[in-house]
Amino acid sequence: MAEFQVPIGPQHPALKEPISLRMTLDGEVIKDADLKLGYNHRGIEKLAEERNYIQNLYLTERICGICSNSHAMCYCQGVEKLMELEPARRGLFIRTLVAELERIHSHLLWLGIAGHEAGFDTFFMYTWRDREVVMDLLEIISGNRVHYSINTFGGARRDIDDLQKQKILDGMEVLRNRTNYYLNIGVTEPTFIARLSGVGKLTKEQAVSLCAVGPTLRASGVPRDVRKDDPYAVYAELPFEVCTADSCDVLGRAVVRIKELIESYKMCEYLVKNLPVGEIKVKAPRRVKENEVISRYEAPRGENMHYIKSNGTDKPERLKVRAPTLANYAATIEMLKHGFVADIPLIFAAIDPCICCAERSVTLIDSKTGEEKRMFFSQLRKWSIEYYTKKPKLTGVTWPF
Amino acid sequence: MVNRILYEKAKINGCNMAVLKTLLYLFVYPGILFLFVYSTFCEWVDRKVYARLQNRYGPLHTGRAGILQPIADFIKLLSKEDIVPEKADKGMFSALPVFGLTIVTLVAMYLPLWHYSVGTVSFNSFPGDLIVVAYLLTLPTLIFFLAGWHSSNLFSTLGGARVLTMLFGYEVPLLLAVLSPAILADSWRLAEIANFYQARPLLLLVNIIGFFVALICLQAKLERVPFDIPHAETEIVGGTFTEYSGKKLAFFRLMADIEMVVGSGLIATVFMAGFPGGLIWGLINFIIKTLIIIFLLSVMRAVTSRIRIDQMVNFSWRWLAPLAVLQLLIVIILKGILK
Repeated sequence: MAEFQVPIGPQHPALKEPISLRMTLDGEVIKDADLKLGYNHRGIEKLAEERNYIQNLYLTERICGICSNSHAMCYCQGVEKLMELEPARRGLFIRTLVAELERIHSHLLWLGIAGHEAGFDTFFMYTWRDREVVMDLLEIISGNRVHYSINTFGGARRDIDDLQKQKILDGMEVLRNRTNYYLNIGVTEPTFIARLSGVGKLTKEQAVSLCAVGPTLRASGVPRDVRKDDPYAVYAELPFEVCTADSCDVLGRAVVRIKELIESYKMCEYLVKNLPVGEIKVKAPRRVKENEVISRYEAPRGENMHYIKSNGTDKPERLKVRAPTLANYAATIEMLKHGFVADIPLIFAAIDPCICCAERSVTLIDSKTGEEKRMFFSQLRKWSIEYYTKKPKLTGVTWPF
Repeated sequence: MVNRILYEKAKINGCNMAVLKTLLYLFVYPGILFLFVYSTFCEWVDRKVYARLQNRYGPLHTGRAGILQPIADFIKLLSKEDIVPEKADKGMFSALPVFGLTIVTLVAMYLPLWHYSVGTVSFNSFPGDLIVVAYLLTLPTLIFFLAGWHSSNLFSTLGGARVLTMLFGYEVPLLLAVLSPAILADSWRLAEIANFYQARPLLLLVNIIGFFVALICLQAKLERVPFDIPHAETEIVGGTFTEYSGKKLAFFRLMADIEMVVGSGLIATVFMAGFPGGLIWGLINFIIKTLIIIFLLSVMRAVTSRIRIDQMVNFSWRWLAPLAVLQLLIVIILKGILK
């Protein structure tokens, strides 16, 4: 069979968000892979320049629906650094607790997706059922299942009481048992292992040189984690280990995530048991003097980075978000090469892609010639009006039935 | 003279009875009507078992415990818009679902249900009908391939190619597995095989390896998890069925359901001593035995994940085919001892 191109996306059942993967296939084997971005531009960075710091806290939370707390907390820590503000200790504990609960929910969600992509729907149903436990805990703490809004400059917005503490501890116990069961499935179920092991190889050297982040990097045996390397919030005093695997494949990425789940349960229990007494927040100023900062945060998907530049007013001059998915794209293309068609969804899902987090620009591509160009929005609008006024009206068209 | 007329009348009546019996056989049981009702019921059982194993409820609302849901799905699909792609081969594209449905319904005619006698050869029971059934059960696979090919869609074509690749994996082990009980029974006629094991039920235990090989091969033939490779949703969209919609898709889905029933019927005949007891007891036998097999297929579907096409072919030739040969050897040796 000659080589041919298969478009995976922008609309495809394996992709939950629009992205285009162009695969050059030889039969069932992938010869070459290419990624095309730019289907989901939302202009959040521009919007952030129009709003004040406290409003932006809620805007950044909406960058992502799954790691919403990651972006808000990353931004919040950056602004606190600019304000030279020392947050309340109890507030930091609550923030970290929500961050870890979010990691638990994100990793459970990923496990389900991995099961679904591998055609193991039973696994998908089980993990998503258990994810409800942690979703309920988040709802108990923050009142919301998706956007927790727990961060504020100088601490946390909501306190937790003894009943909530008890519920969190109970929930962790349930989840720990379930996760050990999944770890067991991950290393014993033959068809699942057959699908995951040896798929999407990324060597240690490749992972480092292509700047992979998060579980993708750690599954290649590089123990790099912002929580350990550059501790923020209260991670410096938390008991946890950086989980790695050296199999460098999708199975390794799954194992790293399951191990991280177990570490997260440990952390949550520590945070709840050692919650200090005191205020949950301190008062923060409205204006920020001129400065710039880079804030790093270990999101469930990997290192999340916010660059914030202030100019002395109550609005940031520039907010730049580097979501973890963007950092993993280069590695993804490397992983896809020489794989099978059947492995495309698995390899792509293994980086836990959040496409709309990572989209920053739009390039116009001519569908006939493949020529790329950029345009101002005003130009684009003018062009579209001209296009439709020039276009001849369709006549003699009948409804098909 | 009167005697003569009475004799003629009786002859015509007898003839009419035979015709009526055959018509009943073709259209009611195990013909189209029974197959439609029973296959939708089996789909419901399958969905329910699969859902319960996944900690879900499965269908609930249509009929008692959702029992009518498959029929409702079928009717709804019939009413949906039916699109034929511009680039597709229109004739083949439209004809294939009907062909497929006809073929799998035809297979049910050869299962030894009630309209046969072991002593006489009839249109639905003759020496070698085992091979005819095995052959007819191969045709749906070919239909799927052609459906994928004539859709002229990239994903359909990939799905079609996968259908054929899988065929080379499971077809030989299935045939070998089904043949070993036949060799022990010394007949290639389904009715006689069933009869043989009804007389000597203990000998069924000899074929236990073959039973499981045939079960796995049937799962592959039905393209269900872990062998749903030709229409793996997350990889190649709908695979073979990407372009199908409306009535044609409804026919294909009904065809898959009926194929499940006749496939488990074949295994029940060969490995579980068929369906003795005439019309009523035969029917009860049929339902119990096929449901056991469908239950096993559902469990297999729930506890595994989809494997890759190369792994599937590898698995078939490394495990299924040698196990089927082993079964054949056991049967041949045992036959020598018994003689």
